[in-house]
Amino acid sequence: MALYSETVMDHFLHPRNVGVIEDADGVGEVGNAKCGDIMKMYLKIENGIIVDVKFETFGCASAIASSSMATEMIKGKPVVEAMLLTNKAVAEALDGLPAHKMHCSVLAEEAIQAALEDYERRKAE
Amino acid sequence: MQIYADNAATTKMSDAAITAMTDCMQSFWGNPSSLYTIGQVAKEKLEEARGEIARIINAEPREILFTSGGSEADNQALLSAAMIGKKKGRTHIISSMFEHHAILHTLQKLEKNGFTMTYLPVHENGIVRIEELEDAITEDTCLVTIMTANNEIGTIQPITQIGELCRKRGVIFHTDAVQAVGHLPIDVKAQSIDMLSASAHKFHGPKGVGFLYVKKGIVLSSLIEGGAQERGKRAGTENLPGILSMTAALKEAVAGMEAHNVHQKQVRDHLIQGLSEIPHSALNGDAVSRLSGNVNFSFEGIEGESLLILLDQKGISASSGSACTSGALDPSHVLLAIGRIHDVAHGSLRLSIGEEITMEEADYIIEAVKEVVAYLRSFSPVWRDLMAGKKEFILK
Repeated sequence: MALYSETVMDHFLHPRNVGVIEDADGVGEVGNAKCGDIMKMYLKIENGIIVDVKFETFGCASAIASSSMATEMIKGKPVVEAMLLTNKAVAEALDGLPAHKMHCSVLAEEAIQAALEDYERRKAE
Repeated sequence: MQIYADNAATTKMSDAAITAMTDCMQSFWGNPSSLYTIGQVAKEKLEEARGEIARIINAEPREILFTSGGSEADNQALLSAAMIGKKKGRTHIISSMFEHHAILHTLQKLEKNGFTMTYLPVHENGIVRIEELEDAITEDTCLVTIMTANNEIGTIQPITQIGELCRKRGVIFHTDAVQAVGHLPIDVKAQSIDMLSASAHKFHGPKGVGFLYVKKGIVLSSLIEGGAQERGKRAGTENLPGILSMTAALKEAVAGMEAHNVHQKQVRDHLIQGLSEIPHSALNGDAVSRLSGNVNFSFEGIEGESLLILLDQKGISASSGSACTSGALDPSHVLLAIGRIHDVAHGSLRLSIGEEITMEEADYIIEAVKEVVAYLRSFSPVWRDLMAGKKEFILK
């Protein structure tokens, strides 16, 4: 049995939405180098819709694949919908993650939530 | 291109080892404990193998105990020496911070049972200092266990000096030589080694077999109770196919050792030089007192598991001290012991080459690693912060 599902490998080898949005409306970073995983999400939001999303990740294959999948799942979606994204949904979309890699999907959820919170904070200012 | 560069994890069995194993299965399948001829032929083969192994490390045949591998040998050596110490009222054990877990976990078990431990530092170069060992030995010390060569960073320890010191101070000296046997010359008499563990699958032998050398006069405790095999110290019908196969592999490894080391050293140093060109990288462990097959690097700003999987895509099998490769939270205790902090310990790569490696393959590895590291850094937020000056580089 392979370590990762074909979907995980696909998103790891060909990650979607890699990069930076210089004039992002919301930026979120979670994790720390000590644990070996850091994810950073950039959101561009227009009229309550996530029109663009980019990520940068320092981490293992499943962390990179989780970031990639999570960005795909919220791209073009309303902010209110993105707020409901769960790690479970990310892991399921990847056709599962090994048990000890589930935290990677949690990080992806947290990174998106952090970016959305940053967006709300900026909006309130 | 397919390049296997994880020989410290396991090696491919040699033809000689496979032939010896199948010969045994076909022709010497009797139980060495049986009295009739078929059994006695098997017994003869078993004792011939013991004699061969003993000769190779300059021991006596009766000082060789066959085991299921390095871990069992380590466990039995340490528990036995601890029991001997306890009988004499000595319960202090000295080891190093970067031993294999077969040693460390056995020592932790002993610690729970009232033994006290000193773990010697291994410093930035990954080598214990003899004067620190000398200072650590007390009247209460019953055992010193220091590995011959480290499994992750390949650094070679001053075994002869340690052996002499322990002999002088009346302390049993055990060495986990799993990475060294078949790769470095071993002479238990000249090196004053009292106990030594080895594993066949690290020198092109089969998995599931190894041996423990125990100097005459040191009484072993059994881990497995039952029949009287191995002088009553290791019950269970002997794994004769494994033992004969291991012996064939070791004979061959020792015969080719000098030439292999010359060649591997050349390729190793070429790899070290090539990988050093990657900015903000560093070799882990001493560059000279090092196994000829071992290269271990840290690359700042990336994580090791993704590096390994991308190298696998390019046909290169390697290993990393990253936590993500083992499912643990902390990166390799070996890299932490030589002072690599978590951030850079996660981004490590171990290449353990074999004698069949070519310079062309080494060049291919260098190019592949350069490419993959650059790619992973291109979307690493850590690398971005480092390049932007928001964080300071650890590896200059």
